[in-house]
Amino acid sequence: MPAIAVENVSRVYQKYSARHRFQTFKSALVKGDLFRALRADELVTALDGVTFRVEKGQTFGVIGENGSGKSTLLKLVAGIAKPTQGRIRTEGKISALIELGAGFHPEISGRENVYINGIMLGLTKKEISAKFDEIVEFAELEDFIDAPVKTYSSGMYMRLGFAIAINVNPDILLIDEVLAVGDASFVPKCLDRIGDFRRRGKTILFVSHDLSTVDKICDRVAWLKAGRVQVIGEAKRIIDAYLQDVAEKQEKDFEKHRLEAAQEQQWEEGKRENRWGQREIEIRKVSLKSLEGKPKNVYSPDEGMIIEMEVAARSRADDFVFGIGIFNSQGVSCYGTNTYLEDLEPVSIVGEGKVICRIEKLGLINGTYYLDVAVHKRDGYPYDYHRNLYSFLVASNSKDIGISRVGHVWSFSPGIEMRPAGEK
Amino acid sequence: MARFFKNLGELYKYRVLIQNLVVRELKARYRGTVLGFLWSFFNPLLLMLVYTVVFGFILQPRDPTLGGSPKFYAIFLFCGILPWTWFSSSSLESANVLMIHGNLIKKILFPAEILPIVTVTSNFVHFSLGLPILFLFVPLFGRAYTVYVLFLPVVILVQYVFTLGFCLLISSLTVHFRDIKDLLSNWLTFWFFATPIVYPMTFGTIQSSSWLRAFLNINPMTHIVMGYQNCLFYGTMIRWKKLGVTFLVALVLFVIGYTIFDRLRDSFPEEV
Repeated sequence: MPAIAVENVSRVYQKYSARHRFQTFKSALVKGDLFRALRADELVTALDGVTFRVEKGQTFGVIGENGSGKSTLLKLVAGIAKPTQGRIRTEGKISALIELGAGFHPEISGRENVYINGIMLGLTKKEISAKFDEIVEFAELEDFIDAPVKTYSSGMYMRLGFAIAINVNPDILLIDEVLAVGDASFVPKCLDRIGDFRRRGKTILFVSHDLSTVDKICDRVAWLKAGRVQVIGEAKRIIDAYLQDVAEKQEKDFEKHRLEAAQEQQWEEGKRENRWGQREIEIRKVSLKSLEGKPKNVYSPDEGMIIEMEVAARSRADDFVFGIGIFNSQGVSCYGTNTYLEDLEPVSIVGEGKVICRIEKLGLINGTYYLDVAVHKRDGYPYDYHRNLYSFLVASNSKDIGISRVGHVWSFSPGIEMRPAGEK
Repeated sequence: MARFFKNLGELYKYRVLIQNLVVRELKARYRGTVLGFLWSFFNPLLLMLVYTVVFGFILQPRDPTLGGSPKFYAIFLFCGILPWTWFSSSSLESANVLMIHGNLIKKILFPAEILPIVTVTSNFVHFSLGLPILFLFVPLFGRAYTVYVLFLPVVILVQYVFTLGFCLLISSLTVHFRDIKDLLSNWLTFWFFATPIVYPMTFGTIQSSSWLRAFLNINPMTHIVMGYQNCLFYGTMIRWKKLGVTFLVALVLFVIGYTIFDRLRDSFPEEV
């Protein structure tokens, strides 16, 4: 018997405008349409035929874009909402971390709220008394526990909410993105608690946008897309598939954005702010491609890139240098080079041609990057200089910082032991 | 019906929560006031004072059953106003209660009927705090207690069931029809004067019109309020038959109210 069995579950919501007609007597009475069946265009399908099982002791992640039905799914499993179709069976006591401190009353003290919130979540008074000190200590609220909750900061509010919910000691813990608001010291503490939970063989259903955490703590992951389960499987594989999909979508958005930006750019070009030079040698077109030669704007840090410039010389020339420069969104130069710096002596250029710069591995961190390309004389006289006219995106799951990813490997002498986070 | 009893059983499991929420409600209500809990005594006292001055001294009712004394009239009024306040504040608050606590319904697995129950119960506590004032003033203003005062709990039980049924109905319907809130406050004003609170049932005009009598008799609150008046003011036996029928009506209202509430329950998380 699995801890959670979701069988062919669908959930349909009414659109707000359709719902609106229920809100006043007048329309219900005048139009008499209170009991009319809803048309399909008045409905929104939040979940569509979702099926999965979570075995006891498993940590199961649910990922997907905003609006893919993750939170709805969690509410259905928690029993807060009912599925329109299908069945959900759960085994054991459930505690849902959907909104921390949802039941707090602002006017009464933290102490009283701990009791009432605990009872709401299914604890007895005695159990709360026994755990009270632990809860307060975990929330780091020893000095404020007798103050009314309305005087708490949002961080204090959240910490208390989490401390109570985690102490309910459920068999199944449902977590919905609640760690997003915690500060740098509290989140690891929460993750620690969640880790404890896993070691004690409890079941967790974890919904998050934070893919690195999902990767760390989840055994299996389901990817929801527009209310349907796209794929279920081992965490790493699903996250990669999801990232791939996100990258493709970003690519499309990026393309659209670029087309829109192109018109602005023409105007800017007219101002000649971002392009200068007499164009004795002209860069007519610049394209960014994957190493396989497919046009591409979104890259992973480990991918390579080809910068292809189509150039044309008005007349034969023998003094010319091709260069590139990569800048991040803050305008910091991440890398720049040119043919002259790399000891390539120009001999001659006649008519049209192609210049290809092949980058085997980008090695950049998350973010948007801008590209300069230029052709100029060795003394710096510009023929054609394109400033920040091209851009690309690096999408990465990793949270490393800096301006570039320096290739590296960790290793340790036998006295130092490490294991990948989340492994049991 | 099986589901109805199953729900009642579930509710029993939540009694500690209900109890705690009522305490919280009472604590939160007077938090920040200087007089705190004393307001539960002062509010009905001040209300009685106003009504006594207006109706007792200015209008001077000449109805013989009221003894012709403003002091007696004050007691008579208080017998009706105190339970009426319990009923009307419960109804008005429960019209809002699901929306105010929408967070609980949306984010926590929580049987929503607890909210109107807590509303009715915490108002009942206020009512009970006002009762000692009434008990004090009965001998103080020259009325004698009789043995029939012992039937007071019966009247209170009937009112509790009736109020609960009404509030369950109101709270669930208001989620879908927000108009009820405005409708209700007007309706309650009308209802107040359609109940023998400021005038006695024995008033000449009422006795001479069978139409008026019938109208007042179909109002359940008439019999509940008269129950209080019988126990405390007239010092006579409660009208078993009429109060019994009222209790049946209250039970039916409770079953209907709870059933409708239960039917609409699934729509609450997305509507509140």
